[in-house]
Amino acid sequence: MTLKVGDKHEAVVIEKVSRTHTTKYAGASGDYNPLHHDDGVAQGLAGYPSIFAHGMLSMGLTGRMLTDWLGPVALRKFGVRFTRQVWPGDTLTSKGEVISVGEYNGEPVATIKVWTENQNGEAVVEGEAVALNA
Amino acid sequence: MAEGFEFPVDRTQVMLFARSVLDGRPEFTDPHDPATIALGGMVTPPTFVQCSAHYQPDYALDLTRPRKGAAPAHRGDAPGGGGGGLGRGLHAEQHYEYHHPIRVGDTLTVTNRPGERWEKEGRRGGKLLFSESITEYRNQDGVLCVTARSVGVQTEKAVEQ
Repeated sequence: MTLKVGDKHEAVVIEKVSRTHTTKYAGASGDYNPLHHDDGVAQGLAGYPSIFAHGMLSMGLTGRMLTDWLGPVALRKFGVRFTRQVWPGDTLTSKGEVISVGEYNGEPVATIKVWTENQNGEAVVEGEAVALNA
Repeated sequence: MAEGFEFPVDRTQVMLFARSVLDGRPEFTDPHDPATIALGGMVTPPTFVQCSAHYQPDYALDLTRPRKGAAPAHRGDAPGGGGGGLGRGLHAEQHYEYHHPIRVGDTLTVTNRPGERWEKEGRRGGKLLFSESITEYRNQDGVLCVTARSVGVQTEKAVEQ
């Protein structure tokens, strides 16, 4: 697949985030921060309305959109800022748009603006990816 | 942590991680699938290296892990879980550069160093303290596979919702 500027892709990456999702991510990744599974800690110690998802769960789901679009070994760079918390019940859609094509380390690449939105259209992660474009 | 720690890339761990990001892609989960065979074996999802937290001796976000002695104090720049932490610490940014594929069966060596630190005024007042952590993942042949840069932020006030 050869990408060109303006090419887009999007996918719903998770529907109705649950405590089961965040617990599964905690177990798999090893990040057992109780803010992501223990409402008592999230509310009592930290003053949040409830638990919220790991930022890295949102990034991991966003990465899935990218590998579904571009293949499992195409990425050369992938970076995001976490812009908003993801709460139980949220549904996330990840989006990408090619903003330039060129070369990186001697390979043809596409640079892709990447972001993931919640059900209100608010970005929860925003960033960029560079992928092999051949 | 200059000498690093060992992180074996195990098939089951990759499958569990792929499932946790709702990814059933055969190249991450099924060594016998034709797509996996065509790639020369199983590879790993883009954020898989986060699983190195399981092997990081001083990882602070697993308070129930059996340890000799006291659990380590949380550091804002802890590499495995970014800047997240108990209380007012959050993960602000995460960046990966992919140099070489990580394959199931690899034994990675993970090294970490602190990066920059800086301060910013929060939108609702109060200082935001940012700290960066750089982690490198090298395979058993010494080939650099992934460089990760994590930015954590500590806030003086509760984060706005």
